[in-house]
Amino acid sequence: MNSTIAKKENHGWKAWLGSRQGQKVLVITTFMTLPLLLLFFFTYLPFGQMVGFSFFKMKYTGEKSFVGWDNYINVFKRKDCFGALKLSLYYMLGSVVQLALALYLATILSFKTKGGKLFKGFMFFPYLINGIAVGFIFKFFYTRGFVFDTVLQWCGFDLENLPYWLKDQAINNFSLVGTSVWRYFGQNMVLFIGAIMSVDATMYEAAMIDGANKWQQFLYIILPNIKNIVVLNVILSISGSLSAFEPPYVITDGANGTGTYFVIMHQIAHTQQKVGLASAMAVILLCIILLCTVLQKLLFKYVFKDVDDDSYSNEQAKKSKKAAKMAKKAAKMKTEVGR
Amino acid sequence: MTKDHGKTKQKIVNGIVSFFKYLSLVFFSFMAILPVVSCVITAFKTEEEYNTTNVMTLPKSFLNFSNFVDSFQQANMGRAFINSTIILICVLLISTLLGTQLAYVLSRFKFKGNGLIRNLFLVATLLPGIAMQIAVYKLMYTFGLINSLMGYIVMMCGTDVISIYIYMQFFDNLPISLDESATVEGANYFTIFYKILLPLLKPAIVTSCIIKGVATYNEYYCANLYLQDKKRFATVATSLYTFVGPLGSKYNLICAGLIISLLPALIIFITCQDQIYSGLTNGAVKG
Repeated sequence: MNSTIAKKENHGWKAWLGSRQGQKVLVITTFMTLPLLLLFFFTYLPFGQMVGFSFFKMKYTGEKSFVGWDNYINVFKRKDCFGALKLSLYYMLGSVVQLALALYLATILSFKTKGGKLFKGFMFFPYLINGIAVGFIFKFFYTRGFVFDTVLQWCGFDLENLPYWLKDQAINNFSLVGTSVWRYFGQNMVLFIGAIMSVDATMYEAAMIDGANKWQQFLYIILPNIKNIVVLNVILSISGSLSAFEPPYVITDGANGTGTYFVIMHQIAHTQQKVGLASAMAVILLCIILLCTVLQKLLFKYVFKDVDDDSYSNEQAKKSKKAAKMAKKAAKMKTEVGR
Repeated sequence: MTKDHGKTKQKIVNGIVSFFKYLSLVFFSFMAILPVVSCVITAFKTEEEYNTTNVMTLPKSFLNFSNFVDSFQQANMGRAFINSTIILICVLLISTLLGTQLAYVLSRFKFKGNGLIRNLFLVATLLPGIAMQIAVYKLMYTFGLINSLMGYIVMMCGTDVISIYIYMQFFDNLPISLDESATVEGANYFTIFYKILLPLLKPAIVTSCIIKGVATYNEYYCANLYLQDKKRFATVATSLYTFVGPLGSKYNLICAGLIISLLPALIIFITCQDQIYSGLTNGAVKG
């Protein structure tokens, strides 16, 4: 009996493959298998293992012994571990500045600008430089009496009054955050410009005909359309600032109170080879990041009430309706302002 | 009369707005290139000049290439460039194909688990990469992928999320009627994807290839971790580690080395810049 069913299925299998539904399943499975496998092997599997490691006292090789929650308790007990998270406030501040700057410049550059391409190129350029080069560049840049000090002297500052940018603990974290903003604001800007440019051009035309000014175009056309990529970038930059790593790693190597949580974790994992403790640090940070993300999503839902990023299905239809509404709204506002 | 008054007022406002617009553009552009310009200046200085002049003083000659030759040889950059090229080509091909296909499926089909998969990829962006390397390292070790270009390439393809979002956003703005009319003419989904949508995606592909390409070319943390045999497997980025240590204060040499390392990225950027911008502005929707 089983075999007859199998036969029947087998027979129907070909016909089913030819059908619309079958085609759909076929394309979905072929296109998604590899990405999902990669996602599993390089993200979720190691993550699972890392959670496992965090309950053991172990090195990369050799024996391991189960220690329960000890690693977690140690993360909170040790002064160098959890305290280092305070430094991420600097990076959070930096990422807010960076995103605002990127959005501002992207909006400017998405309207007609003389030499816009050149400006865009200059500002995007730092993103092209590799991390190690950035490290060398800024060690050089901040050295006493070198580039930064020279420029400030041109502006009338006295070298005597300038701090040691990488040694003075009152200022060195700002110096490092500055390098991070320097490096990434251009990339954010280009992402935003890309998103703004992919907005249906007829919307601008409609808005212009209806007499919407640039601010209104930004508010009612650009912003709603790039909402997704802005939200994504905000999420990425918050998690990015909690896990700030590169500037201190390549420039100061965590010296003089610039060791962020991850720099400390890297040292514990790879220099001291305390894999269990480092894993526990990673897991704790991940929980904090997830918590922040949830809070952030709630906030966004509260602020922009119509954010529902799970229902993309009717979006196309919604968008055109929305666009018409927006154009009308903008025109209405314009006439009101005119009066 | 009030109309004329309004017009002149409008003109003044426009003038002020564009003044601040260009002021901010000039200022931020200057800040962006200043650190690099200072390195270019230093790279052309002889040792004596470097020791005696201020860093922002121009070198006697911009034709003094001896620093470049020295650092190219000392950092074994010939080998590094070959390795980086192989890695770059493989990673871009694989991740573009996988990324566009995934974005196509996720943005065009309604099926159970669509939202779940989107969320899996979104959560993956939250997992801090540096931390994951603790466990990934053990995994790569188990599979014998340490000191293997193949292993490094596969790993680099495994972590690619931003570009999926660029593709999905682009798909959202491509009218679905394109797919529908092709369906009416009897095309199956594969034909629709490869023959119709993929060519239209070109601007998005160029952009994300540049972003992914730069990230891959510049990646140093994992390259340092997984390609430990620096003689055979150094990439352009990791070859700069040569200058850590005894050479650490010879900035004329270091600056030359790092300028060599960022030249390819700069050349590709300058040549592809037009392609990105025109590709993005003349999006397929218009035509």
